[in-house]
Amino acid sequence: MPTFVYMTRCDGCGHCVDICPSDIMHIDKTYRRAYNIEPNMCWECYSCVKACPQNAIDVRGYADFAPLGHSVRVLREEKKGVISWKVKFRDGREKNFESPIRTTPWGSIKSPSDYDAPSEEAFKSQELAHEPGALNIEKLPALTPDKLKQGVV
Amino acid sequence: MGLLSGRKTVYVDSDVLVIGGGMAGCGATYEARYWGRDLNIVCVEKANIERSGAVAQGLYAINCYMGMQWDENQPEDHVRYARNDLMGLVREDLGYDIARHVDSSVHKFEEWGLPIMKDPETGRYMREGKWQIMIHGESYKPIVAEAARKAASKVYNRIMVTHLLMDKTKANRVAGAVGFNVRTGDFYVFRAPAVIVAAGGASHIYKPRAVGEGMGRTWYAPWSSASAYALPILAGAKMTQMENRIVLTRFKDGYGPVGAYFLHLKTYTENAYGNEYESNWYENTKELVGDYIDRHPVPTCLRNHAILEEVKAGRGPIRMVTKEAFQDPHKETIGWENFLGMTIGQAVVWASQNIDPKHTNPELTTSEPYVMGSHATCSGAWASGPEDYAPDEYQWGYNRMMTVDGLFGAGDTIGGTAHKFSSGSFAEGRIAAKAAVNYVKDLGKGRPQVDEAEYQNLKKEVFKPMENYEVGRNEIVAGTVSPSYLLPIHGLQRLEKIMDEYVGGISAHYMTNKPLLTRGLELLGMLKEDLDHLGAEDLHQLQRAWELQHRVLASESVTHHTMFRKETRWPGYYYRGDHMKLDDKDWHCFTLSKYHRETNEWEMEKAPVYHIVD
Repeated sequence: MPTFVYMTRCDGCGHCVDICPSDIMHIDKTYRRAYNIEPNMCWECYSCVKACPQNAIDVRGYADFAPLGHSVRVLREEKKGVISWKVKFRDGREKNFESPIRTTPWGSIKSPSDYDAPSEEAFKSQELAHEPGALNIEKLPALTPDKLKQGVV
Repeated sequence: MGLLSGRKTVYVDSDVLVIGGGMAGCGATYEARYWGRDLNIVCVEKANIERSGAVAQGLYAINCYMGMQWDENQPEDHVRYARNDLMGLVREDLGYDIARHVDSSVHKFEEWGLPIMKDPETGRYMREGKWQIMIHGESYKPIVAEAARKAASKVYNRIMVTHLLMDKTKANRVAGAVGFNVRTGDFYVFRAPAVIVAAGGASHIYKPRAVGEGMGRTWYAPWSSASAYALPILAGAKMTQMENRIVLTRFKDGYGPVGAYFLHLKTYTENAYGNEYESNWYENTKELVGDYIDRHPVPTCLRNHAILEEVKAGRGPIRMVTKEAFQDPHKETIGWENFLGMTIGQAVVWASQNIDPKHTNPELTTSEPYVMGSHATCSGAWASGPEDYAPDEYQWGYNRMMTVDGLFGAGDTIGGTAHKFSSGSFAEGRIAAKAAVNYVKDLGKGRPQVDEAEYQNLKKEVFKPMENYEVGRNEIVAGTVSPSYLLPIHGLQRLEKIMDEYVGGISAHYMTNKPLLTRGLELLGMLKEDLDHLGAEDLHQLQRAWELQHRVLASESVTHHTMFRKETRWPGYYYRGDHMKLDDKDWHCFTLSKYHRETNEWEMEKAPVYHIVD
């Protein structure tokens, strides 16, 4: 359907509502559980599927071109830094894949204000934060205006 | 209940306001803090920056990395590449600027924890192609968002920005923005001397190939709703190359990417009968564009052109030959992980249709057109260039400042800078933010003032679709058909049909001409009038209503630009049937437009192309 939600698994926690980039996961007022209110604005990005603590959300491919009987399931283990996929074909064949998602602990990125404050001269230079050091070359490349020309090249 | 009397207005003051928390917005937020230690830096996003923008579902490659540390490429090389791909017309000053800053951005991503694949022999980043490096990028966006959250004074999620605010003390100067909270319905007035528009480009302005449930599986994200363009256009900023829409050759239905397949897996295309077809169209293409067809690599639009002609000649579908490469288990894994990392919907399509590329060569198709500024295309705002070498005509203030004082942009927003992709958009956000901090510092105490009458009027305008619905809904028993209002989906489908049929969409084989464009503008004009009668049942529909407003304005801009450029510069992206050839004599130039809100008129002009590398 893009995404849909299993009635018996969803506990209405709203993680999917918080994360959906398309604002289409909403809580049904009667059942107090989430559902996809606008399947034709779903990108099948799986953001809600990955965020669901109950594994209650799944995807059924777009009805206009995806025959039934397939599934693409995901398990995103944030602390382990790994994502695993199980792809099941309509005819039953299966493929499994696993990839790393992050090499550092979550929350470990330093704020830019934790670095030494830039000098007054740095404000006037073309260098951005952490340059030229973070470029891993000696200095920021530059051009001079005398190279300008018009016409077809 | 009076809709307005009950609506709270929330005021947010900041020094630098970043609109949109995608790659460019996160780059801008990070950099603004680095330079503006004591400044109040606010990022506002209509979704949740953890998973927002075009990189929400991840990426499997970073398509813009020089590798200067290993002398793989220099910024000049990237300028030549982008210029060649865009048929000669790019802002070389801006492109060079991104290229020289992109490596430091990518190195930070790696330090922050983004897994970048390494070549086991050299220890360098694994190259997919000359410019692309391969990543395990499922969490690319959450990682970048973490950096932005660390940097921001505050991130406001779920606020749809609808309009920019102008200074009441000085003409042509920005003073902030307004929008509404999609959850609470509160009206927000953001006051800021410097505003960086880092919003998304435009999907869903042309009718997509799938119009049922599958309309969501556009190539570019359905939430990319042209705010990148509508916000500056309404503020009177000049736009450039808005005619330069992009058409993508992708795997059929899922629009799964082909980059890794071509470049890394070395797969290739053939027609339905197993034959190479590009050479069939060499002479035909040369007739249209001259020696641009002889350049290497062959520009993206011209490769599309060969596919379109081959299919029209009755030898479609075009297929990607994967059966050979996928016999190698390593390549097979890369082929699948490529989709799972960034276009999961394609894996869903293949699983559902029993397409295993090891045994079947999958079909390709050409997408509906998109308007954006960061891929193999360069629509967007006309911006001031870098201070150290940009020509005088490209420089009127601070780097990446538009033609409105204090209004900056990055990513899809800025025109003329093709091939920046995710990393280049982030780098451009950084460039814009440093300039914005300098602007704020130089401004001192002479800060812009918002006009209360302006934002009170906007408040009425913003919530009008809810009022329209509340009033009109009582006229009818039930259902979606009302004589007094249109739902956002109705307006969207009308827009897509107009653009498709009159402005060179899929059903017209990307063909248009002056009579078609003229009629298209008439119909767009009526649609624009009808937007006063949009009806929104709830806040979600109100968001859709404003996304539609933004899309319609961007579409009007695209149509005027397409009308203005009397040549076919990018066959394969679109064709002017009345001017089928590329014309370097008259049109080796940028097209610029300025929208006059008061008179509803579009003013068009040409701007020169300066080359800065040979």
